[in-house]
Amino acid sequence: MLLKRLSAAFGPPGQEGEVRDLLRREIGPYVDKIWTDALGNLLAEKKGLEEGAPRVMLTAHMDEVALMITHIEDTGLLRFKTMGGIDQRILVSKPVVVGVKKVPGVIGSKAIHLVTPEERKRAFMLRDLYLDIGASSREEAEKLVTVGEGAVFNSSFCLLGDNRVRAKALDDRVGCSALVEILQRQYPVTLIAAFTVQEEVGLRGARVAAFGKDIDLALVLEATMAFDVPDSKPHETVTYLGGGPALTIMDRTLIADPALLASLRKTARERKIPYQLRRTGTGGTDGGAIHLTEDGIPTVVMAVPCRYLHSPASVIELSDYHHLVDLTSAFLSELTEGRADK
Amino acid sequence: MVDLDILRRLSEEAGVSGSELKVAEVIMEALRPYTDSVARDILGNVIALKKGEGGQPRPRVLLAAHMDEIGLMVTRVEEGGFLRFTTVGGVDVRTLLGQEVIVHGVHSLPGVIGAKPPHLQTPDQRKETITGEKLYIDTGFKDKEKLEQIAPIGTVATIDRNLQLLTEGRVAGKALDNRAGVMVLLGCLQELMGIKHCADVYGVATIQEEVGIRGAITSTYKINPDLGIAIDVCHGDMPGTRGDEGYPLDKGPAIGCGPHVHHQLFRALKDSAERVGISYQIEPSPTPAGTDAWGIQIARSGIPTALISIPLRYMHTSVETISTRDLYETTRLLVAFIQGLKSSFVEGLLCY
Repeated sequence: MLLKRLSAAFGPPGQEGEVRDLLRREIGPYVDKIWTDALGNLLAEKKGLEEGAPRVMLTAHMDEVALMITHIEDTGLLRFKTMGGIDQRILVSKPVVVGVKKVPGVIGSKAIHLVTPEERKRAFMLRDLYLDIGASSREEAEKLVTVGEGAVFNSSFCLLGDNRVRAKALDDRVGCSALVEILQRQYPVTLIAAFTVQEEVGLRGARVAAFGKDIDLALVLEATMAFDVPDSKPHETVTYLGGGPALTIMDRTLIADPALLASLRKTARERKIPYQLRRTGTGGTDGGAIHLTEDGIPTVVMAVPCRYLHSPASVIELSDYHHLVDLTSAFLSELTEGRADK
Repeated sequence: MVDLDILRRLSEEAGVSGSELKVAEVIMEALRPYTDSVARDILGNVIALKKGEGGQPRPRVLLAAHMDEIGLMVTRVEEGGFLRFTTVGGVDVRTLLGQEVIVHGVHSLPGVIGAKPPHLQTPDQRKETITGEKLYIDTGFKDKEKLEQIAPIGTVATIDRNLQLLTEGRVAGKALDNRAGVMVLLGCLQELMGIKHCADVYGVATIQEEVGIRGAITSTYKINPDLGIAIDVCHGDMPGTRGDEGYPLDKGPAIGCGPHVHHQLFRALKDSAERVGISYQIEPSPTPAGTDAWGIQIARSGIPTALISIPLRYMHTSVETISTRDLYETTRLLVAFIQGLKSSFVEGLLCY
């Protein structure tokens, strides 16, 4: 399963090499041209069947939230900071791998027996934590890891309950996987695929990905939060698993192009593909950067609902993933010059 | 030096207090080739015997390592496939957020202890400590009824954690408190196969230590040993620990002393270590609580008891970290002690 291999790949922001190499191999047979840019975005062009057809950009980001090694102590223990939005409280007691060589380590903390009842009421924050790779000294640790290297959660990919998947980095390897699948089919329009870098630290790759490519419209393929869990109020769920891909009306970085959004919803209705609207104004995606490129690009975001985003083990429903691929493909198949016009 | 395959199986197998059967089977299978008998007793302790040489009465030595681990237990099955749970033993609930788990129902189910995405949290919420009642296990099932069939109330769950092989012969994983001790117990009985010793050695993998040192009480009564040694873990050194709160890894076993440890036995263990050149540490403990040594000492009319501990970092988390070198050295120490054990020493233990 491609999603499994993508999920397992190592891709902290700025260190997406393993994900990029994997994707480059996967899309090779299906596109006309592959290149990379100065930031490390992986780009590909797939010519449309129609002469002079619209040029559509599809994007998914390759990076994942991660840790960065910032200091090696004399004891051989490593200090670190977070890259991207990670709840510090989820870090304790997790296995991780450091660097492209994937040196195994664990995030330790003082044992419960050794802290006062008062301290037990305080959540473990970054300053309480360190990464233990087993090294007994700084010298031994330096043989294996370097300050500045990233570290990612060492979680397992597994099928869960009713047609669901539990894994790390589903944000946004589901988008990457969907984009690969979409590229395997032929469309009237020309596709420019952008697998972007550094989304989690401020949409860096997307800021340049669409530049100079004569893009008519852009679709961003993402994972977004689902909070359909106990104790969440009905208005807090944002999205729910099994309801189909979530379309964004507005988030912190983008107000989706209304005509494009309406067109997508029409396709979904006609093809009887389930979808839902994302019900929060928080969060941001590559769409925020892409729609401001050059003199502006009509942009929408379509996302697979995902529980426990930015944690070691997030959960999606596979039907939502498949419906994202189906809806995108259907929309691209129907897309003609007329419909893309505002 | 240390059989990592066995250690991996011991660490990864489930054995929450009161539900130790699966790990007990792994232990029994490992023990059979090098012991004279292996059986489970009424409460579920695994008791193996490695007979000594020579005529009766031979000294009777009890080696006890608890095989249970802390864990979770289902208290409620909720709509949408979610399980509420309580803790079994001293779980630090702060370490549960975002954990992958295995629910040990009618069949094993993967799950995850979900965390609210940071995007939806206020700055204040991000500093809040998560308490047990806010947590749940997401099994991915949509249907409550189906889940109730597989994982009814009372089902136990453990963190889904593979043994992590770190550098310099260190390993990290769940339940190394006290599968590390069980590993030493297995290693010791295996080594004794090739060594002349006069004592009958009873190796016991005890149950329910984490909820009240229960298996040690009944197994010691049944075996009625001349002396007992509990093998457990002690805190490894971690940032923020004082010298007497944590013992460094790779400096050898920590030999316990204090009210629960028999003075002569303590001295004999130190002497054994020095005789064969094993570096060791001293772990003073002012109270007898916390290990199987407590249960052994007060069985029947009293049993001379000692405690040997393997330094372990991040106790009662799913990333407990030990040095395999310490495991090997602890095993060597026990073997050296048993090899040198004489009937006359055992008789002297009752004379103050």
